[in-house]
Amino acid sequence: MAAVSAARARRAAARTGQYAALVCYLVFLAFPLVWLASTALKTPQEMALLDPTWIPLEPTLANFAAAFGEQDLVGAARRSLGVALCSAVLTVLLALPAAYVLARYKSAVNRVVMGWVLVSQVFPFILVIIALFMILRRFGLVDSLAGLVLVHATWCLPFVLWMLRGYLRGIPRVLEEAAAVDGAGRWRTLVSVVAPLAAPGVAAALMFGFVSSWNEFLFALILLKDPGVQTLPLVLVAFTGPEGVARLGPLAAASLMAAVPSLVFFAFIQRRFRGGLVDGAVKG
Amino acid sequence: MTLTSASPPPTEAAPPRPRPRARRPDRSAYALLLPALMPVVLFSIAPLVYGMFLAFTDARAGRDVDTSLVFLENFGHLLDDVQFWSSFRIGLVWAVTVTLLQYAAGMGLALLLNQNLRLRWLARTLALFPWAMPPVIIGLMWRLVYHPDAGVLNAALTDLGLISQNIDWLNDFGWALPAVVVVGVWTGMPQTTIVLLAGLQNVSRDLGEAARVDGAGPWRRFTGVTLPQLRSVTVAIMSLNFVWNMNEFALVYVLTQGGPGGMTRLPMLYAYEEAFRYGFFGYASAMGVAIVIVVLAVLGFYLRRQLKEAEA
Repeated sequence: MAAVSAARARRAAARTGQYAALVCYLVFLAFPLVWLASTALKTPQEMALLDPTWIPLEPTLANFAAAFGEQDLVGAARRSLGVALCSAVLTVLLALPAAYVLARYKSAVNRVVMGWVLVSQVFPFILVIIALFMILRRFGLVDSLAGLVLVHATWCLPFVLWMLRGYLRGIPRVLEEAAAVDGAGRWRTLVSVVAPLAAPGVAAALMFGFVSSWNEFLFALILLKDPGVQTLPLVLVAFTGPEGVARLGPLAAASLMAAVPSLVFFAFIQRRFRGGLVDGAVKG
Repeated sequence: MTLTSASPPPTEAAPPRPRPRARRPDRSAYALLLPALMPVVLFSIAPLVYGMFLAFTDARAGRDVDTSLVFLENFGHLLDDVQFWSSFRIGLVWAVTVTLLQYAAGMGLALLLNQNLRLRWLARTLALFPWAMPPVIIGLMWRLVYHPDAGVLNAALTDLGLISQNIDWLNDFGWALPAVVVVGVWTGMPQTTIVLLAGLQNVSRDLGEAARVDGAGPWRRFTGVTLPQLRSVTVAIMSLNFVWNMNEFALVYVLTQGGPGGMTRLPMLYAYEEAFRYGFFGYASAMGVAIVIVVLAVLGFYLRRQLKEAEA
């Protein structure tokens, strides 16, 4: 009996330890986010307190209004929106036909694409970006949003291709074969049979393209020197500059809003985890 | 191949007909690959190849500057460049520390998530959160946490009585690198945790049970039974994390811009400055090549050791 109760006590102690560890993780993961939200909701007076408060005493949306009042931020957000929309659409337009071919045919190309995705991870960006800068300068695409769209579309293309391929694989071939028998050419089949069926996958790919362009910092930093054309991440970083405590509130509010597209995409993907979309992409 | 099976069976009267019909779709299949291929070749493969070529030239930033081949001269300069070595050392310290801590922290969290605990759903959601945040926002967010006057860290540590004076974490010579490492671990934990959790779910429970019957404690069971079964997952995620961390830029650029006094100037930040502040395109490219070589060497060494241990 004594041995049994000792074992039970030990197990209870282990459980307690596990919960303590879990709580530590939760705190570590959550507190920067909580702090960001809390800063965004504080008044400048409260921000200046010597002993910062966790929960705002008088929560206010003034910081969000102030962020919308900053011309630089609003202009940058508008440009980012345009770039992200264009590059998402462009990526999917470029990737969809190729994804279809890769989904339907077993070929060496498949391995080459996956190989490139892996290899491109190993090379530091500096090797690519200097030459890219020189190439784009030759075409007059430095300090141009069109240039940035091209670069963003190119760099999320491999992953979008992989996502779409996984999705297209799940679409039965019988339908395409039927279209072929009816005399539809490959383009016709792709446009009027495959594309509508692939709509949910295309939507996810568009979201991914949008979010990666919206968040992208490095290419924008190097390609956009003129403050008049800079995108949101650049302007947000510049906004912090000489850190006046008074500007921290609007900065936090703007940061929160800038993170919204990513968070929406993340929520969407998480719900889809069981829907097979990611499954297909992963097992592909 | 799809269309071959769909085409009507050839009639005996005209046996050679189907062959050209079967071949034609294949050419159009390659045409469908073209729109995706062209931008990748033009804007990522070509720049990569050209970038490696630049490492052997004295290319400068200006528009009409003459460029000539200097072969290994850039690499000779690298060897004598004190600043490069210091940023290289910082880069290695950063990459190794962050990779190891990411693994340890990710493993701890994955083990907990693999248990049947309450609040697990919350932890699973939160564990993915850093992944969902844009790197620039992560940097700005942590700057608010580390802020010397309005930051929560100083306030919390003062309340606990651990510090008596506010610390300017990101501008302090001693604290800047550790502070940045913490952010690196926070940012990279999700991927590591997910991969390890997936690995843990494939670990067979029978072996663990057998070890328990034989009287092995939890730690012995973990090191003796669980870890060996996670070997390939460990190797994969450690290698990827190391490469990613070695090439890190945006996060640290936003947090410290490499300061104070170069204490957090990772190799990529140094190369960026050389290229786009001082205009030494060739020299910065040479740095890129050097880093690739180091990364491949470290990976090769690590993978070979793992392979040997797996055989032993």
